Amino acid sequence: MNKQSYDLVVVGGGPAGLAAAQEAYDQGVRDILIMERDFELGGILQQCIHNGFGLHFFGEELTGPEYAQRFMEKVAERGIDIKLDTMVLEVTPDKKVYAVNSKEGMLEIDAKAVVMAMGCRERTREAIGIPGSRVAGVFSAGTAQRYINMEGYMPGKKVVILGSGDIGLIMARRMHLEGAEVEAVLELLPFSGGLTRNIVQCLDDFDIPLRLSQTVTRIHGKERLEGVSVAKVDKNLKPIPGSEYYIECDTLLLSVGLIPENELSVAAGIELASVTGGPIVNECRETNINGIFACGNVLHVHDLVDYVTEESKLAGKAAALYLQDKIVKRDKEINIIAGDNIGYIVPHKITEKIEERKRVDLYMRGKRPMENAQILVMDGDKKLFAKKERFVKPAEMISIPLPEKMIEQLEGSTVEVKIVEGGE
Amino acid sequence: MTNKTEVLIIGGGVVGTFIARELSRYKLDITLIEKGTDVCVGTSKSNTALIHAGFNADSNKLKGKLNVRGNELFRTKVQKELEVPIEWIGALVVAQDEAGIPQLEEILENGKRNKVPDLEIVKGERLFELEPNLNKNSVAALYAPTAGIVNPFELTVALANNAVKNGAEVILEAEVTDIEDKGDYKLVKTSKGNIEAKLVINAAGVYADKIAQMVGIKDFKITPRRGEYYLYDKILDIKVNHTIFQLPNKVSKGIVVTPTDEDNLLIGPSAEEIEDKDDLSNTREGLDQVIAGAKKTIPDLTTRGVIKEFAGLRAAIKETGDFLIEASDKVKGFINVAGIQSPGLASSPAIAEMVVGIVKEELPGLEEKDDFDPYEQEIPKFRHMSHKQRMKLIEKDSNYGEIICRCESITKGEILDAIRQPVGARTVNAIKRRVRPGAGRCQGGFCGPKVVEILSEELGIPKTEVKLEKDNSKILVEKTKESLQKEVTDNE
Amino acid sequence: MEDKVMITCVSCPMGCDLNVEVIDEEIKKVEGNRCPRGVEYAKAEYFNPTRVLPTTAKVKGGILPLVPVKTAKPIPKGLLEKAMREIAKVELEAPVKLGDIVIKNVLDTGVDVVATRDLAKK
Repeated sequence: MNKQSYDLVVVGGGPAGLAAAQEAYDQGVRDILIMERDFELGGILQQCIHNGFGLHFFGEELTGPEYAQRFMEKVAERGIDIKLDTMVLEVTPDKKVYAVNSKEGMLEIDAKAVVMAMGCRERTREAIGIPGSRVAGVFSAGTAQRYINMEGYMPGKKVVILGSGDIGLIMARRMHLEGAEVEAVLELLPFSGGLTRNIVQCLDDFDIPLRLSQTVTRIHGKERLEGVSVAKVDKNLKPIPGSEYYIECDTLLLSVGLIPENELSVAAGIELASVTGGPIVNECRETNINGIFACGNVLHVHDLVDYVTEESKLAGKAAALYLQDKIVKRDKEINIIAGDNIGYIVPHKITEKIEERKRVDLYMRGKRPMENAQILVMDGDKKLFAKKERFVKPAEMISIPLPEKMIEQLEGSTVEVKIVEGGE
Repeated sequence: MTNKTEVLIIGGGVVGTFIARELSRYKLDITLIEKGTDVCVGTSKSNTALIHAGFNADSNKLKGKLNVRGNELFRTKVQKELEVPIEWIGALVVAQDEAGIPQLEEILENGKRNKVPDLEIVKGERLFELEPNLNKNSVAALYAPTAGIVNPFELTVALANNAVKNGAEVILEAEVTDIEDKGDYKLVKTSKGNIEAKLVINAAGVYADKIAQMVGIKDFKITPRRGEYYLYDKILDIKVNHTIFQLPNKVSKGIVVTPTDEDNLLIGPSAEEIEDKDDLSNTREGLDQVIAGAKKTIPDLTTRGVIKEFAGLRAAIKETGDFLIEASDKVKGFINVAGIQSPGLASSPAIAEMVVGIVKEELPGLEEKDDFDPYEQEIPKFRHMSHKQRMKLIEKDSNYGEIICRCESITKGEILDAIRQPVGARTVNAIKRRVRPGAGRCQGGFCGPKVVEILSEELGIPKTEVKLEKDNSKILVEKTKESLQKEVTDNE
Repeated sequence: MEDKVMITCVSCPMGCDLNVEVIDEEIKKVEGNRCPRGVEYAKAEYFNPTRVLPTTAKVKGGILPLVPVKTAKPIPKGLLEKAMREIAKVELEAPVKLGDIVIKNVLDTGVDVVATRDLAKK
């Protein structure tokens, strides 16, 4: 066994891992290793060739590869160690990282701290259980994106897309521009999960229909996909009998959700939150295992990579403070509770005292679209403050700053956040 | 061009390949033809993957005799010779009320008549010790410790490889279009040319009746009975230790809940008679029936954690409900091995043994080879190895250090082995059946493009020619920008 | 000449549906906007809708067969498909650097198509 040791091992070289490693370095950690399973750094951004990244973090509009390259350069400038084509097989609770690659064979790396940044995977046709035959031509949108943008192959010419999240919308435009016919984008819910901008610029611009409250009920074909049955759905999202119609197509792309990829975390003994599918973390993005942090889409699925970067810098900084023994536990743990109309909040708790910290940002998602809403932040029954939001969309993350002073003066041991419609 | 062979086996399922492998012990020309792009693509591919103990098969039928013998052969020979994953986990038939106990006793008696060893009825606490997640209403169960689970893909592929190693020929994508009886030989016309054979063995699964009809045998009909399944993620928090059956009632034989050899949970099958012999599609109704049935056994199950739905066709002769294994008395030199539904997989070694007996009668004076090699080595399984074993493997060949499928930890070395076997994988699904990339929770979302690339490189074909399974199941249609460039030229 | 169109404003995630009335090449009325930015957006989108075009270009001898590219600035929306065909004709030689010009002044728009990542030689 090839044994090595590092102060900090970052599992995953996508936007999360890169930002965490860079920030840990800037906070004084020098002995850092990034482990990446692909042949290059940058993660999924390398196939997200569209623009729209970076407005929040860099104040300019970048494509995915441009955004990735900025961080790859930062990591290179700092001389941070990188292992590519390397699959991490196991992380133990005492922070031994087992991995493999074809050059070095089996690796056993002793880490003092670990940042988990493995990202997420796509929900499959099988996970949502679309009946019908199992033919060629059914792809998750991300797989198709990789084929088209990186491998240089078209997976089909006549396309139906199920799911109107941003990936689905982006792929509709992408396939259209590369010469495919996109018949329709179908969305199970009565609203799209994508940004309005993407609906306009990816669908409306090319007259691609978006059909809400519809889903694929059957996949047809013997060898290659020949068509799909589509039905309208009722309020409970169940297909309405008699509403079925047929669309001829050779390709079905599925953009039906992302799942944080936490098999390594579970095996390491990290506790997961059921709503996010990611680890339960404190405000440092530290998991229940001291010295193991998580950030990016492995923690919860983000809408913007800019937020991934912010979160990963937090994790990287915290990992540095941990390694420098600069983290002090608070006397009292504060649990963050997702109240009415909130799907989830990250972090799940506030447990540490960190010098000079001004605030803790709470990141959350609304459960349903709402207009003229108020976000209430509660200390037990007592209202701490309210923030007006003109609109709430589940697709878009909301962040609420919780000032350090307020945290110090909390009476109870919970902070609950909820969204109510209308003003008071 | 016409090929000549002494024995022609039609069908590359577990039965056909087992017969080929057993006959390859003898000094005989053997050819196996299969219409699919791989062996193990029909009934053998999609089933519950059980080596039944033999208590259920009617002791008055051929099934009753062959099941127990098959189970014994798996245990004493097949497992050792072919290095096929088999787990002897035992089976339970569970009664959920006192009224069911007499029925359990009947099954026990039938099992005893079939000479199934070590059967017993377990009750009370012992039952829940064996199976903690069982429905709390369960009162008793018939326990059959000799029941097992097997990987049917690895089994069938190992049999085909072993047959080839011992001199048999396997021809894929050879669909039989007609058979002419020429007296002392049969002229079998296929999509890959004609084959003259002294003896034809019809092991064509759901198509066995169609094949028999080509020589004028019309006295049996295969009615495909579709069964649908759900397969769960390995990391599901609900585990079962045994293959769990429900007491059969008049309406339904019940849904089985069982682990697979790779420790996924498998539930199914539904039962629906259909006309189309190729219809492996799933239906909402069938899947709903499967989950509802499984919940009776394990109430905590939901569809959460499902990674795959699939369907299989039982090749049933409805009228007799039994296997049909005989040399035709009407057509000399034609042996039917038909109606092989459950417990066909469990019985397969015994079926092959029986067919060898028939062949010996048809071709008197068969001699055994001195150099028959019964052994096959499994492809290394990185995922099941210790770190030390992995290290050694990678030292031998660095391709085993390159993980292609992250969900199942499948290496490039394993995929190359699957392609380079005697009956090597030619399609994405054939690779999945042999070494599992894409059989995990992402269902090939991540590894799919890599598997396509490896197949394209190894087979020396463009990526656009790589297939999922059958001929028209190509995965990629053209290079990006190809059609845009065409438009440009058209416009200019 | 009178024209009535609906334009979805994408100035912010609210996505107001704007009913726009145009008479003689002049916007007379915008309805449905919740803020003044809607009027500005309607104007730009009606008279000269532009988009950045992100796509890929072929590369010879690179670690990948394609490199991602984009128009360095937005180009008229109506030219997107034509620009795709122009870009399809190009084949670059690896290595490619982020910012390398792939097509200068594409379709006389005054806008260059540029590479959006480094792509090393194989």
